[in-house]
Amino acid sequence: MSELQKRQIQLEVLRYNPETDTAPRYQTYSVPCLNEWVVLDALNYVKDHIDPTLSYRWSCHMAVCGSCGMMVNGEPKLACKAFIHEYGDQIKVEPMANFPIERDLVTTVEDFITKLASVKPYLIPKSDQPISAGEFKQTPAELKKFKQYTLCINCMLCYAACPQYGLVPEFLGPAAISMAHRYNQDSRDGGRDQRQEVIATDEGVWECSFVGACSEVCPKHVDPAGALQQVKVASTIDWYKEHLMPWVKK
Amino acid sequence: MSSKPYVREMSKTTWFLSQPRYKRYMAREVTCIFIFAYTFLLIWGLGALANGPEAFSGFLESLRSPLGVLFNLAVLIVTVYHSISWFVVTPQAMPIQRGEEFVPGNIIVNAHYGAWAVVSLIILIWGM
Repeated sequence: MSELQKRQIQLEVLRYNPETDTAPRYQTYSVPCLNEWVVLDALNYVKDHIDPTLSYRWSCHMAVCGSCGMMVNGEPKLACKAFIHEYGDQIKVEPMANFPIERDLVTTVEDFITKLASVKPYLIPKSDQPISAGEFKQTPAELKKFKQYTLCINCMLCYAACPQYGLVPEFLGPAAISMAHRYNQDSRDGGRDQRQEVIATDEGVWECSFVGACSEVCPKHVDPAGALQQVKVASTIDWYKEHLMPWVKK
Repeated sequence: MSSKPYVREMSKTTWFLSQPRYKRYMAREVTCIFIFAYTFLLIWGLGALANGPEAFSGFLESLRSPLGVLFNLAVLIVTVYHSISWFVVTPQAMPIQRGEEFVPGNIIVNAHYGAWAVVSLIILIWGM
């Protein structure tokens, strides 16, 4: 096994202390890294050995929990999936764009949590069924129809990448709408009408102009941009059915 | 919970300069202005047609002028770019599931190119 390669990097971190700062400021740390590290390892090194006051969120270190989203050289990334060897010796780390900064790399995410809850991201069965009736069955094809959307880890990188969300903070945004789409596509679900009231609105899917950045930055390869366009198509069909063919049931 | 979260304002006019992907998006969006302008040209042509053969031949003459040719060429180039930029994203907007699997995206994109070629051919033959 080859010896691990050592590197010295300059980690430029946007810091903000709400108790003392009026605006964020950059602070640069010189970090001895192994080339196999990810940016999160470098941040942990800073926290453990250089500056214990540095604040950031992280948990699993394996791109599952979705906690360590931040901007790495201006790109929304999970710090645990941003490999040092993909960058030069100067790496700029900032909190996720489009979110208020709580402290250092920690952002305020209540807005997303509220929006996600508003789309009812859970199964709403078509009819109540006693447990004795058994499980709701689903074919592999029916599962495949929505499976990619189940991989969303709510890391919010899609919101950090979405200029529409940055410009119009009321926009429901990529992850919330694609989660609504995930349940709408589920053969066991009967809650589409309830979700449409939230997502087929000006501040819902019609605020999206298909920049597509959300899908490009998704660390789990979910395609929220695709989901939003599919919701637009389905909502348009709904409108035509309602206005031109009122006798046709949706 | 901090009582003082810091909000970074996004520039309303220059935000798209920060990332190549935003510039590509703006290029796709801005090209539609040329198509919008071309619809006015068509409406002008219709108006000329309604005003009689003399007005219409004047309209055709203006199309053949260097400025008219330049405008048409510019519209053709940006329309091709605009169309291609939309064709590329069609598999995301209209995925087709056959059985368990989804039809590969390139087949959907190529079907659009095929339909485009067929329609263009019909119009060209019809116009000859």
